[in-house]
Amino acid sequence: MTAGHPARGEGAIHTGAPNTNTANTDRARRARPGALESALRARRDAGHKLLVPYLTGGMDDQWLITLEALAGSGADAIEVGIPFSDPMIDGATIQEASLRSLVRGTTPDGILADLSRIDVGVPIVVMTYYNLIYRAGHERIAGMMAESHVSGAIIPDLPLEELEPWAKAADSAGVATVLLVAPSTPSERIAAICGRSRGFVYAVGRMGVTGEQAVLSASARQVAERVTAVTDIPVCVGIGVSTPEQAAAVSEVADGVVVGSALVRRLLEGEGPEGAAAFVSSLRRALDAG
Amino acid sequence: MGDPGLSGRFGQFGGRFVPESLVPACMELEEAFRSAWADPAFHTELDDLLHHYGGRPTPVTECPRLSAELGVRVLLKREDLAHTGSHKINNVVGQALLARRMGKTRLIAETGAGQHGVATATAAALFGMECVVYMGEVDTQRQELNVFRMELLGAEVRPVSSGSRTLKDAVNEALREWVASVGNTHYCLGSVMGPHPYPWMVREFQRVIGEEARAQCRQLLGGSDPDVVVACAGGGSNAAGIFAGFADATTSSLVAVEAAGGAAMATGIPGVLHGMRSALMQDEEGQILEATSISAGLDYPGIGPEHAHLAEVGRARYESAADDEVLEAFQRLARTEGIIPALESAHAVAWVIAAAKRSEMPSGSTVLVNLSGRGDKDVAQVRDILRAQR
Repeated sequence: MTAGHPARGEGAIHTGAPNTNTANTDRARRARPGALESALRARRDAGHKLLVPYLTGGMDDQWLITLEALAGSGADAIEVGIPFSDPMIDGATIQEASLRSLVRGTTPDGILADLSRIDVGVPIVVMTYYNLIYRAGHERIAGMMAESHVSGAIIPDLPLEELEPWAKAADSAGVATVLLVAPSTPSERIAAICGRSRGFVYAVGRMGVTGEQAVLSASARQVAERVTAVTDIPVCVGIGVSTPEQAAAVSEVADGVVVGSALVRRLLEGEGPEGAAAFVSSLRRALDAG
Repeated sequence: MGDPGLSGRFGQFGGRFVPESLVPACMELEEAFRSAWADPAFHTELDDLLHHYGGRPTPVTECPRLSAELGVRVLLKREDLAHTGSHKINNVVGQALLARRMGKTRLIAETGAGQHGVATATAAALFGMECVVYMGEVDTQRQELNVFRMELLGAEVRPVSSGSRTLKDAVNEALREWVASVGNTHYCLGSVMGPHPYPWMVREFQRVIGEEARAQCRQLLGGSDPDVVVACAGGGSNAAGIFAGFADATTSSLVAVEAAGGAAMATGIPGVLHGMRSALMQDEEGQILEATSISAGLDYPGIGPEHAHLAEVGRARYESAADDEVLEAFQRLARTEGIIPALESAHAVAWVIAAAKRSEMPSGSTVLVNLSGRGDKDVAQVRDILRAQR
């Protein structure tokens, strides 16, 4: 990427790995290096805003059906949570979904095995906490993700300074490591994070944990502006984006949004795949109208 | 036990595994601590507060009757006599001073047994700061009196009902709250755990225990050091504090005693929780297990990263004591010496009793026990247990 402020839509794709040029036609559907970023860039550069709904893996017995319903309702990628016993950056809604999932006996291997058996047609990004990765072994779990055609991973408690052992394994496996930028991140650090982030950059919309809010934080637009000013990688804002109106508002400056708690709450309340699909469709319409 | 550097590493342990939102705050805190710790004026103010307000230095007490029974010479470092009844005051006075220096107006804390919560509430009152303490719901019940104590001191106690509803979950909740309030709030973490710089900073604030104790022992023992130094460990702050006076300067054996149901060193393996890499009780997948102990303060599935390192390099040993041994030690120290220890500290006493019985320490050995807190807070709980046993 050129220095300074590249025009959005004109940067090179980070493949995150030596360019082995694994073909699109690889029907083993192993994750292709750079797949997440190229898919999101293509959508963005075609003039669309990006919609990335979040779902906690294994939270109920219909979660794979829900996943397909999300993909069919306008999601550009889907974030799948692998539940951890101590979800430090999650608020009450996702804590509850994680707990339900763990009570059902969900394991990281089980979620990845489930994901390997389906193809929803949009990239899957897993979100989990570092201890599960560390326990499983970096190379082993990165390889499993790739084999389950997971194209990216978000590990919120693994900041830039601690990233390397994982990122190396993820790069080799062709799994994009999506990094977070927070409202508190100083400018020079934003540039460093964007330089190492793959797939997209997750701009944290507010200082706080995941959860719905009635009014979009001013920090959501601000962080999106600060990040898009220094990178050409797609930038999605998540945490505290709860409604179609908020999604549309923040997407005026960001490339798209991640919506988690507002969706997961509907699922916890029993709205099922149909309710989830209806909500994601409403987000899609708001983004397309913007 | 030195400076873990900018990466906060003690060998392979430690580090700073926190969400990006908190990274700048941890860096700011590290910078502020480095600057304060190098500033003689900060030390003068801290020492003055610890002396005139905190009641330092705390004495080292001979235990003639217990010693006669056990056949080893038992000395107690009396942190139970510090203001608020435990060593926790050393750390919170330091952190509150630092918070004021950083312009923060609000303190949040986690607490298990309530001792750190009470100490933080005390420091907040002293400095005129707002204070919120997160405490597991289970612990608010078994340490009801400490909840009221914190409220008396003007703090708000928020019960935590997630997970195991004990110390681990109180830390999660305090970290979550810190993300949302980091602008004006200092997270006054109570032990040598969490993300860098906490494990190092809290050990440095607790180092005073070890430095005092070493000088006091040399006086008592004609210039020599105790053969064994023993402390209980949950997160491990009182152990780190007393070890800091002996680890590099002496050849004394160092022993930390965990709760048998929270023995991260005995049953844990390396992992990452609460911002640090350390030994953690966890399952095959890496889900954190719930610790169980009679003592709320040791009910923690991890331990501070420097302890994991001291164990790895062989400088300290990590043992455990079971609840029944602890209850026995609690009563025995009360009867033989007229000192009612905190249930946490009774773990250290329990190990000494067991080790003496096993003749693990040669007859005539000198053992220094860090009596980290007093047992007033535990009296009602112990009464109920003993009544139920009868």
